Amino acid sequence: MSEVAALPPPESAFGRFARRFIEDRVALIGLGLLVVVILVALLAPWIAPQNPYDLASVDVMDSRQPPGSHAGEGFTMWLGSDGVGRDLLSGILYGLRISLTVGIVSGVLAASLGLMLGLLAAYAGGRTETLIMRVVDLQLALPSVLVALILVALLGKGVDKIILALVVVQWAYYARTVRASALVERRKEYVEAARSLGLSHARTMLRHILPNCLAPVIVIATVQTAHAISLEATLSFLGVGLPQTEPSLGVLIANGFQYMLSGKYWISFFPGLALLVTIVAINLVGDRLRDVLNPRLER
Amino acid sequence: MLAFILRRLMQAVFVVVAMVVLVFFGTYVIGDPVWMMVPGDATIEQVGEVRRTFGFDQPVYVQFLHFLGDVVRGEFGRSYVHGTSAIALILARMPATMELAFAALILAVVIGLPLGLFAGLKPEHPAARAIMAGSILGFSLPTFWVGLMLIMLFSVMLGWLPATGRGPVVSIFGLETSMLSLDGWRHLLLPALNLALLKISLVIRLTRSGTREAALQDYVKFARAKGLSQSRIVGVHILKNILIPIVTVLGLEFGSLVAFSVVTESIFAWPGMGKLLLEAIQRLDRPLIVAYVMVVVLLFVTINLIVDILYSALDPRVRLSESEA
Repeated sequence: MSEVAALPPPESAFGRFARRFIEDRVALIGLGLLVVVILVALLAPWIAPQNPYDLASVDVMDSRQPPGSHAGEGFTMWLGSDGVGRDLLSGILYGLRISLTVGIVSGVLAASLGLMLGLLAAYAGGRTETLIMRVVDLQLALPSVLVALILVALLGKGVDKIILALVVVQWAYYARTVRASALVERRKEYVEAARSLGLSHARTMLRHILPNCLAPVIVIATVQTAHAISLEATLSFLGVGLPQTEPSLGVLIANGFQYMLSGKYWISFFPGLALLVTIVAINLVGDRLRDVLNPRLER
Repeated sequence: MLAFILRRLMQAVFVVVAMVVLVFFGTYVIGDPVWMMVPGDATIEQVGEVRRTFGFDQPVYVQFLHFLGDVVRGEFGRSYVHGTSAIALILARMPATMELAFAALILAVVIGLPLGLFAGLKPEHPAARAIMAGSILGFSLPTFWVGLMLIMLFSVMLGWLPATGRGPVVSIFGLETSMLSLDGWRHLLLPALNLALLKISLVIRLTRSGTREAALQDYVKFARAKGLSQSRIVGVHILKNILIPIVTVLGLEFGSLVAFSVVTESIFAWPGMGKLLLEAIQRLDRPLIVAYVMVVVLLFVTINLIVDILYSALDPRVRLSESEA
């Protein structure tokens, strides 16, 4: 008897997912950019030429210098300096930390809230569902920029308030998505089996239904995080977002606005470019995730 | 059909009522507006006087009932800063915002439709790929930053177009517009383009996917078999079929254009109601904020209602699925 041809070892679910993800070159570039952005934000204190919070290292004599000029302390300011003499590159690296933190924290909170309420709506049905979905409809009927603007106007400035406003404008998207998939999952046999085994409602919802609803949530999460980062920057630019003590990218861009009409473009341009790269990277990854996780496109 | 309209109408009323309640209690916690209204050296008596005149010494529920009555009469009190009727201030600034949003809508169709058609008809063409990449960029670009860069490029560096303000305004049939003069258009172009950017990307994507689907349909193959020219197939048979969803989406998006004009107006110093709102927020001008929110909510609810009803009239399936649920 000849030997049976050796079959390749079965691929894990994640391995298959990863292999399909990297098939797309553009998505790979997006992923690479995203990794770089997150790394430089994490490593900002070690790689930035200057600590923009340290007033002793900032010299007013260096203010509004064009890209490539030398700071009084000797290092080169590759992207120039802002209105009070801070190195713009350092400002952007530290600003990225704040922008990403606000985006991710608000995204995680909104996702948790939306997941719980969406699951509850689908599982409980009846009045609970009607109530939750009415609030979702109300929320989605109004554009997020307007809701956020009114909210921060009422709440005031500050990191916590911005995050709260961003959670309020985002949770409904998660709730709607989760409810839609949970409604389908709820009728499947494994749910009935779990209930027959005597598992509690909470356990059935969280351990059995929820994991099967996560694929679309991951896609929504990427899009929403990019949206939240952009929205925070917009609010900060309009002067109703983060205060000057928390200089996110939006605050940096706003600071450069007043110098732009006199031709000093770099103070607004480079922070905006960093913002753009971040958002594009997240959106590219999200686009690919949608294709890979969509069962209808499965080959 | 009537039941459908009635149900939609009820939902619309529910949204408006919910917003009235939210807005009142939201603005109630903003802080004491009295301090915004009295001069810095006012005595305690003067402060108390202002408090009584505006009814701030009343309990919350009395103030809410007063507020409800005001809303029904379409009266939102006087702006603390301007001293005149808040709703009149908003309505006076409304034409400028509408003009901007309308111009942006036109730009979105004029630019987005041809590009989307091209990308849909020749999906493998390098230019089509470039268009699609551009539309992803359009979704990702933060509106306010693009506005700054437009000013930078066209106003500061090239000096072609003015950076801020609205051009000369002409009154026609009681509507004030700056669209009738060259200078007016020069002022309008940059802010409208800035506002339109997101919608251009949206129209490109909608048109492309619609065209790709329609191009495979039997009626297109039949038209081709009949020997019709390509321009007639595209212009009449494809375009007609993909326009319905595009028009619907754009109708719904008009409200979001009005909302986003807050950002664009503040960058280009466009004298619309969005800029007024931002000033009101910075000065805690409560009646003005409330009046703005109510006007926009009403606008939104009306647009959604009209689109819903029109859509169900065009497509009976919407109505049917609704009554089953």
